[in-house]
Amino acid sequence: MRAYAELARGEFRRYSSYRLAILAGVFTNSVFGFIRVSVLSAAIATAGGSIAAYSAREVSTYVWLGQALLAPIALFVWTDIADRVKTGEIAVDLSRPVDLQLGWWLRDLGRAAFVFPARGLPPLLVGALTVGLALPRSWTALPLGLLSVTLGISISFALRFMINLIAFWTLDIRGFVGLYFVLIGPLCGLFVPVHMFPESLRAVINVLPFPWMFQAPIDVLSGRVLNWDALHVIVIQAAWLVVLLVLGRMVLWRATLRLVVQGG
Amino acid sequence: MQPIVAFEDLGRSFVVRQKAGRLAREKKIVRAVDGITASIMPGEAVGYIGANGAGKSTTIKMLTGILVPSGGHVQTCGFDPVPQRRRLAREIGVVFGQRSQLWWDLPLRDSFRILAAIHRIAAEAAADRTEQLVHGLGLGALLDTPVRQLSLGERMRGEVAAALIHRPRLLVLDEPTIGLDMISKERLRHFLVAERAERGTTLLLTTHDMGDIERLCERVLVVDHGRLVFDGTLEVLAERVALQRVLVVDLPAPHSDLMVSQASHIGSELDGQRQRFAFSPTETTAARVLAEVSSQVGVVDLTLEEPAIEDIVRTLYSHA
Amino acid sequence: MADATVWTGYRTLVGSRIRSQLAYRTSFVLLTLTSAAVGIVELTELYVILHNVPVFGGLDFTQASVVFALANLGFSLADVVFGQLDSIPTLLRAGQLEALLVRPLPLMGQLITNDIQLRRFGRALVALVILIIAMANVAVAWTPSVIYLVITTPIFGAMIYGGLFAVAGGLQFFLIDGAEFTSSFVYGSSYAGELPGSVLTLPLRVAFTFVAPATITAYAPALLILELPGPALLPAWLGWLAPIFAATTWLLASLAWRAGIRRFTGAGG
Repeated sequence: MRAYAELARGEFRRYSSYRLAILAGVFTNSVFGFIRVSVLSAAIATAGGSIAAYSAREVSTYVWLGQALLAPIALFVWTDIADRVKTGEIAVDLSRPVDLQLGWWLRDLGRAAFVFPARGLPPLLVGALTVGLALPRSWTALPLGLLSVTLGISISFALRFMINLIAFWTLDIRGFVGLYFVLIGPLCGLFVPVHMFPESLRAVINVLPFPWMFQAPIDVLSGRVLNWDALHVIVIQAAWLVVLLVLGRMVLWRATLRLVVQGG
Repeated sequence: MQPIVAFEDLGRSFVVRQKAGRLAREKKIVRAVDGITASIMPGEAVGYIGANGAGKSTTIKMLTGILVPSGGHVQTCGFDPVPQRRRLAREIGVVFGQRSQLWWDLPLRDSFRILAAIHRIAAEAAADRTEQLVHGLGLGALLDTPVRQLSLGERMRGEVAAALIHRPRLLVLDEPTIGLDMISKERLRHFLVAERAERGTTLLLTTHDMGDIERLCERVLVVDHGRLVFDGTLEVLAERVALQRVLVVDLPAPHSDLMVSQASHIGSELDGQRQRFAFSPTETTAARVLAEVSSQVGVVDLTLEEPAIEDIVRTLYSHA
Repeated sequence: MADATVWTGYRTLVGSRIRSQLAYRTSFVLLTLTSAAVGIVELTELYVILHNVPVFGGLDFTQASVVFALANLGFSLADVVFGQLDSIPTLLRAGQLEALLVRPLPLMGQLITNDIQLRRFGRALVALVILIIAMANVAVAWTPSVIYLVITTPIFGAMIYGGLFAVAGGLQFFLIDGAEFTSSFVYGSSYAGELPGSVLTLPLRVAFTFVAPATITAYAPALLILELPGPALLPAWLGWLAPIFAATTWLLASLAWRAGIRRFTGAGG
């Protein structure tokens, strides 16, 4: 009888605390969304109604889509793989028939799929209900947008995967994780749309993979780029994905060599 | 003389919200501690035993100032634990078996220095006392190791040393020997016995291990579902519940049943390659039984089985 | 006599922590760089916006940088001292707070010193540099009141942000898994504080002036320094009241903290 009480208590606590965590996350996410919309709208108003082809409505859409995609695209690096390197369990993973990189990629996509309705959708709804979002002009924005988002998540994964592999060389990657997060923020369009950057900086940033994992999906999903332009973006995303995955495999190969050499 | 710890109808309840049906949620009150009355005098060594969830840790939390009672009173060293937490902390030392009080990534030596400073012990006295504890617990070689790299046994010895730096009047240990190997356990017990003999520190110890009780405590409190079901000496408890510990020895080859004084042979497996001996902790010790067995035949491996708390409690109830 | 050695405990702990952090040289350098980078990265947002428009909330880039630097300096100083309160949910879940309660020191003091992070000074340093550069380039009359404001604003700002950290800390005992809620007013204030308050919509402006006084940590005092008027509901003279806002924030903080501890020790039922 006692055991059931304990079980029930535990189960319920887990369920309700999970809800509480989600609620807290949505609230904080929304607060930041409101501040960002406020900031960018003020700038656009001062500019006379438009900056870099963003109207106030469109920039609001940009902000809320960004807030919604924060969790799925996971700019903050998880350290699951690095932790397994630290404990040595990675050797078990490497000996399995499942490919390490592809396996984690699928897991990450699953994580994103799970996280999106819980942490992604609510802020979007908050934005839609309060400030109002601009809908895309064509229905094609949705399927293309989802494809772009998936590619964005995958590009992010490919980068996070490589960062985790640093653990093979220096065990404690927290410093790199922190630095990564701080640096890519502006570079992927987290604070301000990349399109608003000064011409020269914009040219440099677009050569990097970062805007293609965050800014690009937002552009496609919001309908800022449509149809052929959207496909153009998607092709670039796909190209970056391939490059980063291949790079990742090369790093992984060197890492496993190191493991063998160390007799791990 | 004033008791150093006094419980008076001590109680602690928790409110648990459970799902009852689809949407309704009913409140259930779980009494973790349900009216315990007892006093511990200075210098005593008391063992506090009970099944998991019987209320042991909750009681410890209340007497150390971490948790407020929901009923009754508790006084520790003359203080009301929660409101006078900080003053109480100077007089008691606490060791939580499953949680560390040491600084995880600093060397052990640093933890001692910091605690000595926190307890406002003058540098020279602190150095002497640390030296004494380090010597008594065999920590000399480990002083410069970060705590996270210590084994469980080493860490527990460190925790005990840390809890004793300020020479507390009362030492409270919450499951200190859990997960320790035999040698570490014995080392810890030996040290605590010596410390008590020298300083008269009052000892309150919760444990599942009868060996701890046997070695360290003169008095035993048995708690079940938040209530005290026994308060007396180990001898009386042993008599009442026919307390028996079982030593299981593995021999190199099949052997005929061995005879040991003051212990009864209660079983043999694998043709006598494994034999079990039951003995009462008040009549003899595991060490003596083992010595007798070893004098007759070499022992390859051994295990000690403790009497299940549930059995003890059940027997106590059935006798009441 | 006894009180003299209370600080020895804290001092010894902080000393040990610092030594242990410096021992891991590369990690420390990286983390400090990151800390410093945060400040610079956040400034790029202002820079990009002011690349597109001549004034933002009525301020040009140098003026906006003054606001930014004052807020950043205040926040990073508060972060160095009180940033550790963020770890309360983790400690709660690992059951490590009890170990702190059996020591003869106040819980807050222990949390602050328990894992003090040297690297957070990196951000404060960068903020200071930005402030110096901005003040050197902005058009301002160096009157005594301006000097007073430049010196005291980061200090009162630190007290306000510190108070918000402490409110968050106290609330963590109630929220536990919902701890992220506190980020909204702690880090939200940090963000809002760096901005010209006039760009915040009215409800946000009210929230971040009178509930979590972020605009008082930099914007209002900056208006006084730059001799500019404030927007609706945020007049410049509020900048003189920074000490009062700091006091009220700490009042709230002590209430929240006390409630939090009572909750943790079960006195709240």
